[in-house]
Amino acid sequence: MKITLKVWRQKNTKSKGQFETYKLDHVSEDMSFLEMFDVLNEQLINEGKEPVVFDHDCREGICGSCSMYINGRPHGPKNAVTTCQLHMRSFKDGDIIVVEPWRAAAFPVLKDLSVDRSSFDRIMSAGGFVSVNTGNAQDANSLPIGKDIADEAFMSAACIGCGACVAACKNASAMLFVSAKVSQLSLLPQGQPEAKKRAIAMVNQMDAEGFGSCTNTGACSAECPKEISLSNIARLNREYLSASVAGE
Amino acid sequence: MSINKLDSKIPEGPIDQKWTKYKSSVPLVNPANKRSLEIIVVGTGLAGASAAASLAEMGYKVKAFCFQDSPRRAHSIAAQGGINAAKNYQNDGDSTYRLFYDTIKGGDYRSREGNVHRLAEVSSSIIDQCVAQGVPFAREYGGLLSNRSFGGTQVQRTFYAAGQTGQQLLLGAYSALQRQIGMGNVTMHTRHEMMDVVTIDGKARGIIARNLITGELERHFGHSVLLCTGGYGNVFYLSTNAMGSNVTAAWKAHKKGAFFSNPCYTQIHPTCIPVSGDHQSKLTLMSESLRNDGRIWVPKNVEDAKLVREGKLNPNDITEENRDYYLERRYPAFGNLVPRDVASRAAKERCDAGYGVNKTGQAVFLDYAAAIERYGKIEATKQNLTNPDKATLTKLGNAVVKEKYGNLFDMYKQITGVNPYNEPMQIYPAVHYTMGGLWVDYNLMTTVPGLYALGEANFSDHGANRLGASALMQGLADGYFVIPYTIGAYLSTDIRTKAIPTDHEAFVQAEKEVADRLNKLINIKGTKSVDYFHKILGKIIWDECGMARNEAGLKKAIADVQALRNEFWTNVRVPGEVNEFNTELEKAGRVADFLELGELMCKDALERNESCGGHFREEFQTEEGEALRDDENFSFVSAWEMTQDAQWQLHKEELKYENIKIAARSYK
Repeated sequence: MKITLKVWRQKNTKSKGQFETYKLDHVSEDMSFLEMFDVLNEQLINEGKEPVVFDHDCREGICGSCSMYINGRPHGPKNAVTTCQLHMRSFKDGDIIVVEPWRAAAFPVLKDLSVDRSSFDRIMSAGGFVSVNTGNAQDANSLPIGKDIADEAFMSAACIGCGACVAACKNASAMLFVSAKVSQLSLLPQGQPEAKKRAIAMVNQMDAEGFGSCTNTGACSAECPKEISLSNIARLNREYLSASVAGE
Repeated sequence: MSINKLDSKIPEGPIDQKWTKYKSSVPLVNPANKRSLEIIVVGTGLAGASAAASLAEMGYKVKAFCFQDSPRRAHSIAAQGGINAAKNYQNDGDSTYRLFYDTIKGGDYRSREGNVHRLAEVSSSIIDQCVAQGVPFAREYGGLLSNRSFGGTQVQRTFYAAGQTGQQLLLGAYSALQRQIGMGNVTMHTRHEMMDVVTIDGKARGIIARNLITGELERHFGHSVLLCTGGYGNVFYLSTNAMGSNVTAAWKAHKKGAFFSNPCYTQIHPTCIPVSGDHQSKLTLMSESLRNDGRIWVPKNVEDAKLVREGKLNPNDITEENRDYYLERRYPAFGNLVPRDVASRAAKERCDAGYGVNKTGQAVFLDYAAAIERYGKIEATKQNLTNPDKATLTKLGNAVVKEKYGNLFDMYKQITGVNPYNEPMQIYPAVHYTMGGLWVDYNLMTTVPGLYALGEANFSDHGANRLGASALMQGLADGYFVIPYTIGAYLSTDIRTKAIPTDHEAFVQAEKEVADRLNKLINIKGTKSVDYFHKILGKIIWDECGMARNEAGLKKAIADVQALRNEFWTNVRVPGEVNEFNTELEKAGRVADFLELGELMCKDALERNESCGGHFREEFQTEEGEALRDDENFSFVSAWEMTQDAQWQLHKEELKYENIKIAARSYK
């Protein structure tokens, strides 16, 4: 099939970007969206032009690298998939597809479709861990954890840190990302001793990075490729409030 | 061929006391000295992140590097199945010895006893550590940890977190690493690629790294350097590895004197989604667990296979007597559950004979119809339904299969557009893991003093074939529980060495060589893209040094790779500039290294005149087509030294089995 792409091109963080239009004449419906970009880049290289820079790595939906804003939606038109798992059979012959990078003050564009998400790492450094040094651990089965709790913690831990929640949010809030980590650890007994400190520290770092506030529109969860639930945000709010009251 | 250069430094004593005694006698570094000792960790997957975090906790100054935009994205994250540990929580007779034994046997008797026993010993502590970090492993209703079984074992020792075990373990190690970064004990350099190792007086003393955003080269000093940079499966172009996975760090170390071991041992996983066309950029694994209930077959008649390929015959219309369940036919005892290498070769054999079932002729069926019917009948019995019709049975059976394998079936449908509940899945083997890697001794040190290799980057634990759920175990064992001890043996002798300023001649020279090479690549200004060369290289290696190898093919492949390398260096086109974010330039550097490694893989395969594990030489097989090992002549680790550019000398480390009796592997 034939596809027309309007792709955001930007040389570096400081320069101004603009859309460029490209036409692809032989797109197979079996291609993934990123494989279509491989074809585009091969075409650009053969024409002596610079290929489009975009983040990608595992191409099986788990590393969280890929990050394209496709026709106004992070990771494109299908629910619960990353861009790398989106296939061209989701599009029609003759389609015009607009592709942009994540847009958020805390995710500056590095080049073309690649953005800097190191703010997520810094939020993790602020409190997204259990303080246990190697070798300190007791036997793994000495602390039973109910299956329902363990499963719930796992659902929160499934976040791949791609940043689609931020890109989807009109305020560019990182609440879904932060709340998923806070929830995972506060649900588990291992995370309890630091629960209050963690909530405060991670929220403070999130604010310091320039992410916006949460206004409960739910776009983050709707666009999340791993379907991280909004209830995580409710839990973060409870943790944060109780920590604030406790004067942490 | 010299043997004396390779001292594995396995401690003396009985196998189950070597590590304990070693730990009690290894020299320590006092806390004050640790503060002034700097360690460079390259790669932040399971091995790298766990090593960097643990060493920083101990008080060393750590600098960590990864090419991804965050340490959390290393390809360990994609591991699905699980992690082995000899906990014996299931009370099914597991023990350290059994895990040790299974790993040696699974590796087809080509790994080192001392290292493997240590791996089995520390396996339990890994699970403890991960649970303490908040890794949400699967649990039973009583709140205790759940286990499942995996190929090549008779016990349930695999811990898992749904089909995302690698992700959860990596996020655990990543959170420990981020904690140390926040505390200022680790300096993290993301989007940095190691371009070379710097050696001074024969010792590793630092690296040259490239900032991938600005293109600038940086010099970093370290008292020692740890390479935790994964395997080299991407030499095949198509593999289950991530797009960025590469051999560059290990290869640069190899060029600076580190021996490269067993490069011909590659693991081909039997259940991957087949190639759909020339645009294919990577292959996706379907968990091995699917072979528990699925039946693998091709049409019995070659005409039927042809009609299926042309889309003129629906596989569901091929009657039972016209199907060849070739694994069940050839291996009645293990059937569809034979080990990975055996299942992969059998699929290739059928497809080569003309029985392949997709457009390219390289696919076999993995069929769930029988399982759906069987589960349907069981459900009908449970629900007291008498004489249920076929539609009811299918509905009931589908529900059971969905519960067990739903996420995998969804993934298959997402990628292929075919509904596997109605039509048999198509699968084909794909490159998945590389057992070979940098040669290391018991301390995980390469042949370059101060230079270490951890995880998949080293060769040490899996012999010629890795068992499922053992890669995660090894990565974390090396990082959490081995290197924190063994590095003391070296650093305790280095406490008087002050940090060497990076304007030292060796750094200047190394940086200049890196810069020259980058400029050379970009100034070729040829006519073919990097991917063009990578795809051709991948096809050569896959065809001649893949699932089956033979002398003539390997010799041809060596010549072809050499010719391709020459063409690459005269005709590759790398657009853009050196001093900018240039993903084509990154790829070009990596493919240039694969073009050298590919030759060495073929040389190693040519040298090894036997079949073992992932290495199957067609000349060395039984009359029934099974692998024929030659313990008399090939019970050794090959360790290649690069004497000059693309010239190698082979060294051998003899493998001694003092605790395990060597036997043939049979699955008949």
